[in-house]
Amino acid sequence: MPGWLHLVLADELAKQQRSISVAEFFEKNKHLLGFDSPTRGVITTIKEAVDNSLDACEEAQVLPDIFISIKKTGSDLFRIIVEDNGPGIVPKQIPFVFGKLLYGSRFHQIRQTRGQQGIGISAAVLYAQLTSGLPTIVISRTGAKEQAHRFEIQIKIETNEPDVLKNEAIEWDRIHGTRVQIEFKSTMAAKKKLIEYLKYTSVVNPHARFRVELDDETFTFERVSQEVIRCPVAIQPHPHGIELGQFKRMAAASDAKLIDFLVEGFSRVGKKTAQEMCDRARLKGTLKVSGLSADQQKALLAAMQEVAVPAPPTTQCLSPIGEELIRRGLDKEFQMDFVAARTRPSSVFSGHPFMVEAAIGYGGKLPAEGNAVILRFANRVPLMYQQGACTITECIMNVNWRSYNISQQGLPAGPVLILVHVASTNVPFTSESKDAIASIPEIEKEIVLALQDLGRELKTFLSRRDRNKLAEDRARAVCAIIPEISAKVSEIVEKPPVDTSPIEGKLMRKLIAKKWTRDGKVTIELANYSGFEGEISAYDISADNAADAVPKADFVSEVDGQFTKVWKMTIPSKSNWQVTYSGKGGGILDIRGIDDSKKMVVDLDV
Amino acid sequence: MSKEELEKKAMVSLLAIASAWYDQMKAGEIPSISLPSRTKYNIEYDDASEVWKYGDKESMRTAASAKSATHLLKMAYVIGFIKQQLRENRSSTLREMYYISEGWKRAKFGAQDESNFLIEDLEILSDVPREGFHLHPEENGASIYGPMRIREETRRGMKTIHCQDDVGQAGYTIPNNVENIEFVDHDAKFVIAIETGGMYDRLIENGFDEEHNAILVHLKGQPARSTRRMLNRMSMTWDLPILVFTDGDPWSYRIYGSVAYGAIKSAHMSELLATPKAQFLGLRPSDIRDYNLPSDKLTEKDVEALKAELTDPRFATDYWKKEINLQLEMNLKSEQQAFAARGLDFVTKKYLPARLADMGII
Repeated sequence: MPGWLHLVLADELAKQQRSISVAEFFEKNKHLLGFDSPTRGVITTIKEAVDNSLDACEEAQVLPDIFISIKKTGSDLFRIIVEDNGPGIVPKQIPFVFGKLLYGSRFHQIRQTRGQQGIGISAAVLYAQLTSGLPTIVISRTGAKEQAHRFEIQIKIETNEPDVLKNEAIEWDRIHGTRVQIEFKSTMAAKKKLIEYLKYTSVVNPHARFRVELDDETFTFERVSQEVIRCPVAIQPHPHGIELGQFKRMAAASDAKLIDFLVEGFSRVGKKTAQEMCDRARLKGTLKVSGLSADQQKALLAAMQEVAVPAPPTTQCLSPIGEELIRRGLDKEFQMDFVAARTRPSSVFSGHPFMVEAAIGYGGKLPAEGNAVILRFANRVPLMYQQGACTITECIMNVNWRSYNISQQGLPAGPVLILVHVASTNVPFTSESKDAIASIPEIEKEIVLALQDLGRELKTFLSRRDRNKLAEDRARAVCAIIPEISAKVSEIVEKPPVDTSPIEGKLMRKLIAKKWTRDGKVTIELANYSGFEGEISAYDISADNAADAVPKADFVSEVDGQFTKVWKMTIPSKSNWQVTYSGKGGGILDIRGIDDSKKMVVDLDV
Repeated sequence: MSKEELEKKAMVSLLAIASAWYDQMKAGEIPSISLPSRTKYNIEYDDASEVWKYGDKESMRTAASAKSATHLLKMAYVIGFIKQQLRENRSSTLREMYYISEGWKRAKFGAQDESNFLIEDLEILSDVPREGFHLHPEENGASIYGPMRIREETRRGMKTIHCQDDVGQAGYTIPNNVENIEFVDHDAKFVIAIETGGMYDRLIENGFDEEHNAILVHLKGQPARSTRRMLNRMSMTWDLPILVFTDGDPWSYRIYGSVAYGAIKSAHMSELLATPKAQFLGLRPSDIRDYNLPSDKLTEKDVEALKAELTDPRFATDYWKKEINLQLEMNLKSEQQAFAARGLDFVTKKYLPARLADMGII
């Protein structure tokens, strides 16, 4: 090809080349931001709006009260409303927050936040505009003295600038807060996933209340903690966690000398360390940082990586949920027999502080079969997609659950719930849709340690439960079934019935409490083989009032049709005590005043 | 053993089990019972009787766990039920007993397998077959056609029946309780036990029984206990050769195995149910080759079953090794009725006479 042809072609190409706006880029790459399908769009939109609301409430130190509504407005049109009681947004900012991609207040801050890049909610605005053609309606009010403002906003796709269709001051009953209304084409195929998302969000935000209106259904996820969570404080970047681009921006914006720039601009860098960095980069500490050449910048950045710097401070910039609140959050949404939680000490990867929290739940209403329920969270946001690609899943699979008496096929199986929360100033996601956490050795190590610790605790619980089960099983055999064998066998051999209580005494060496119902009569019998002769009381809770009990109860109380009858007595060793009354039986029988290991309660009607 | 003796023995041994429990409980002990272990690892060949029986491995069941206690409770209920049946001279099927157990509360059976297994336990403990408990299986017995006369005790009194003259085209139906049959006389040279109904009907239609003085027994696939007991009694009482004629595949060889050697499930009854003198007539893998019979390819399961038979002590003879290896090599199997490809008379005119002569029967 002759040289002139190159020139002509390059010229032609240059004519076609033009910068594409972020908005245009997004229009063609919806999947990158979690809008790959209409069903997913609903969840992503709610997720982004709720993230913003929670972050805003946290910053303003108010207990979040968030209202979410999803209504069908056309054959495939859905209207989504998210309303919060946060600090509100000043009218001047509203068009930018909702009508411009990559406009965010937290992008350059180094602390744990839910949203980061400022793409989320404006991406939803754009998605609505592209599918339904309808503008997004935003109402916001910043305080009692201010008026509320109502905006109708779209995005100018070519320029990525907000396009305000309407702006008016209105009356609004909320004193402060923000309400977003977005309408787009979608389906409710992912309703289950959506409810899951809200449930999981509520687990890790136990200080928030969510009221949800889904078509005609309404439900509430109550808060279990009245404590406002501490808002993480931003820190300076750590020299080991900085990349060239960010470094350049910082350098360009500074008019300080090199040494001062390093000391003031970065965390954990003192005069001595700063001098060492300058020496290594062969640069004078008195140089103006804005005057550095590109090569000098690179040399300095390299030097910054080589010099040992203490890990960045982690506690102020991270906001762990805490073991107690995780337990309470899980307890509220999943009824389980066992819950344990761990918050690991904070740690650092590539100069970014992070912290791992984990919890394990077992039994109760969890499904007995199939893989464990896995709840993944990053900065208090549930990760709903790409479970297989996430390092959390990988770590869970790498733990040997069998050694904790949990069956496992890749993932642990059975009635198990595993929660892992990774909090960081910079969560390393695998992609912009923020669905999965990338594999980082430092993070993996912390996750595995937390899970192993919890696994041991679960194992202790399981073996204690099994021991109790075995003892109960034996008690059932001896106290309930052997008497029946005795009755049947005596009938067959046509001899007088054998009394089996000596077998009970010999085997159990306990105080045995039995309760049974025959012909409308309830009998409670206590046989004392325990050797303990102190005062004990029998608590019998059932729907029977036991008015005709012989002997009469020492105390009776009623709550919602359930009667608690209490008898106090002392039973000499190797003798029995009995009470009978009219009733239907059932309920709960408990014996107090004697050590748990010395008593056994058997309901013969079960 | 007469019917009365058998019933008496059943009553005595079952009551002994209950009495032992009564005494244990009276002495303040947890009731327990010892049972032979019912797995294939506890099956042994008995040289004297030439059948497979349970070995002496035993397992103890003690009512110290809810599961074992419930098992003993169920056993007690079944013993009580059998006692009542024997006393009132009534009988029931295993399935009926399963339904009756609905009223036994905690002792009720969860599935019929459970009640069948428990009855087998009682058979082992008492050394009385279930007929002695007045319990019979619901599967109807197979049929017999041939020159023999039996006397059967029925609800309408004793009946003498000739199995050619007094029966319809389908033959005499073997009752559930073969012990009620008295063997009167016969005019037969041998007995052929046939796997499929089609072949049984073919032999009757072609008059094979008359021509060769043969008793034909239809096995109906895997034979029921009553059918196996009938063959056992014909062999013992009349000393007639018993020849088993099945399809030519691994599953049919097992039918022969259960007729000749007994099955694991009923190893405790092998002496009553197995006929060690029974011979395998066909269809042999070499017949498939020699007569060029229409055939199918072996499936993976067939091959697996054949290989399992090669290691089965019951098939550990040169004869079976040769035939099974040949079949694996040919990778073919055939059905009995494949002989029809050579004409409807071929099996009765050519194959069977040749094969019987070969075996020294005729």
